[in-house]
Amino acid sequence: MASIQITNLSKTYPGASGPSVADINLSIRDGEFIVLVGPSGCGKSTLLRMVAGLEDITGGEIHIGDRLVNRVDPADRDIAMVFQNYALYPHMTVRENMAYGLKNRKTPAAEIEARVAEAARMLELRPYLDRKPRALSGGQRQRVAMGRAVVRQPAAFLFDEPLSNLDAKLRVSMRGEIRRLQKRLGTTSLYVTHDQLEAMTLADRLVVLNGGRIEQIGAPLDIYHRPASTFVASFIGAPAMNLLDAEIAGGTLRLGTVEIARIATAAQGPVSLGIRAEDLSIATQGLPFRLDFIEELGAQRLVHGHVEGQPLTLSLSPDIAISDQMHLAIRPGALHLFDTNTGKRLSLPESERQQIHAPA
Amino acid sequence: MTELSHLPATPRTGLRRWYRGRPALPAKRVQFDQPLLPWLFLMPQLAVIFVFFYWPSAQAISSSFYLEDPFGFGATFVGLENYGAALGSGEYRKIAGFTALFTLLVTVFSLGLGLLFAVKADKIIRGRATYRTALISVYAIAPPVAGLMGMMLFDQHIGPFVTLAGWFGWNMQVGIDYWDTAFALVLVSVWKQVPYNFIFFLSGLQGIPASVREAALIDCRNGLTRFRTAILLLLAPTAFFLLIINITYALFDTFAVIDVMVKDKPANNPITLVYKVYSDGFRGNDIGGSAAQSVILMVVVLILTLVQFRWLERRVHYG
Repeated sequence: MASIQITNLSKTYPGASGPSVADINLSIRDGEFIVLVGPSGCGKSTLLRMVAGLEDITGGEIHIGDRLVNRVDPADRDIAMVFQNYALYPHMTVRENMAYGLKNRKTPAAEIEARVAEAARMLELRPYLDRKPRALSGGQRQRVAMGRAVVRQPAAFLFDEPLSNLDAKLRVSMRGEIRRLQKRLGTTSLYVTHDQLEAMTLADRLVVLNGGRIEQIGAPLDIYHRPASTFVASFIGAPAMNLLDAEIAGGTLRLGTVEIARIATAAQGPVSLGIRAEDLSIATQGLPFRLDFIEELGAQRLVHGHVEGQPLTLSLSPDIAISDQMHLAIRPGALHLFDTNTGKRLSLPESERQQIHAPA
Repeated sequence: MTELSHLPATPRTGLRRWYRGRPALPAKRVQFDQPLLPWLFLMPQLAVIFVFFYWPSAQAISSSFYLEDPFGFGATFVGLENYGAALGSGEYRKIAGFTALFTLLVTVFSLGLGLLFAVKADKIIRGRATYRTALISVYAIAPPVAGLMGMMLFDQHIGPFVTLAGWFGWNMQVGIDYWDTAFALVLVSVWKQVPYNFIFFLSGLQGIPASVREAALIDCRNGLTRFRTAILLLLAPTAFFLLIINITYALFDTFAVIDVMVKDKPANNPITLVYKVYSDGFRGNDIGGSAAQSVILMVVVLILTLVQFRWLERRVHYG
């Protein structure tokens, strides 16, 4: 087990116009579960593969423990990787798959036997030890892939979208299994996914990537409640945060013709206003809302419509009556303001905001 | 726990199913209104097999029991005398020995080099198309042309290989010295076959998922061990197929190479069994003896192929 230190890391593929990954600085504590999340092409897999040693490093440094590993062979980095498509050796049985990495490291046979047995017990793979991967289901294969990582007892686990090939139900249960296993073993883990829900539920700390750069690092709830940019705001959370074009003029935040809040700031001009769907409620007066359609999710319903000509989604309990024309109130303190041009969060002291329309 | 165990074993295919006597299980039953229609579709293929394989084979088997007049004026039944004459002759046994050695060398070297080139070409990223075309293009050369090129390369007066050998003090006399000729035959035959193996090995290598290779990269530091334990075993189906094809090539398809390189040379040159079948039958006009030899050859190849399927294919994992 070890910490991982990533300093000024960058990667430019030969022939590419710009870097795929740039200026990554990340300090991972021993035993921490870090999730790299972002849309496809954001460089999250490239970053993980550079840590694994499967991708050359163009600039910067990676330390695993106290060791600089930039030029260390993948087999010598003391890491184990779980791949999206399992990457099991089709000609080996489950037992051989798990033992292969240990055998090549000249681990004594009795030790291998013991570790494989322990991993098989932990992952409930004992009945399948003598089967070939093709006789296993997707979930079982992924467990074997995890078993292969576990038996190695490495300094760090690297997960490259390990649940993407599984069906929705299995994904949820495997997610829990990965979390439990990681807690129990306390192994430093770096996990790549494009699924923000997976990211939220697994991570000790989230790293949101966009265009090869880190957009925000933080605990899942911190990121959820204080997104650093419109990109993070729209990426983390389902449904996505509502982002509306608003304006600050004379200390007042306006959405079209409606005054939303008084803000003690000298700033003037257009801003992006972010509101989470669950921070909106129906009121007798406030934002005029025109209903478009409703998505029923069972425990809650997502109500889609427009305010001041801009699309807006709110999440309501199913027993609240809904009409075509409503007024909405915003939960106090739930306003997020972003710079319209840079998308960066505008930070305003809480006390200086004064809600005009409180919930009914 | 074993949700798959109640299912019947996967139906085996092709020869594998046949020689173990398992009943054929069609993957899909198709009903035709006219029962003769499927046969009509099969006719062209069956006709080709019949005309070019079964009929000549039957001819060869029946001729092998007769002593035939070379000019077609009748034949005398001699029973197994032709077989006795062939197997009893020291010359035949010597040629059989050379054929075995030749087949072994050609198979080993053409498979080995094909694999080596494929592994190396697979690693190249820049200009890969050029290298591949260069390696594959040799396959487009017809065997007699390859033989002719070999003859030129090893020519006593103008051949660059003879000059090269001369620098190392080797007085190479292809067409006169038995082992020098054997060397040249093996070299040209291998050269001709390497591209074929290269194509198959390369496509086999590219069929291995990148993530499996990467997993192996993390699991095993030593490149050679990694190749042997992870990659090569995944290539086994390709290698098995090529092994059979290469043995057949060395036994039969090298005929043209041998013909061009030794035809007009003095006697006592190495030839293979199939060339002896030809020269005894069409030059020596011993139709019966030649037929007996070809039947022996057919039986040997049949046994060899069955043994390969029986013993080797079991170890092959089809992904």
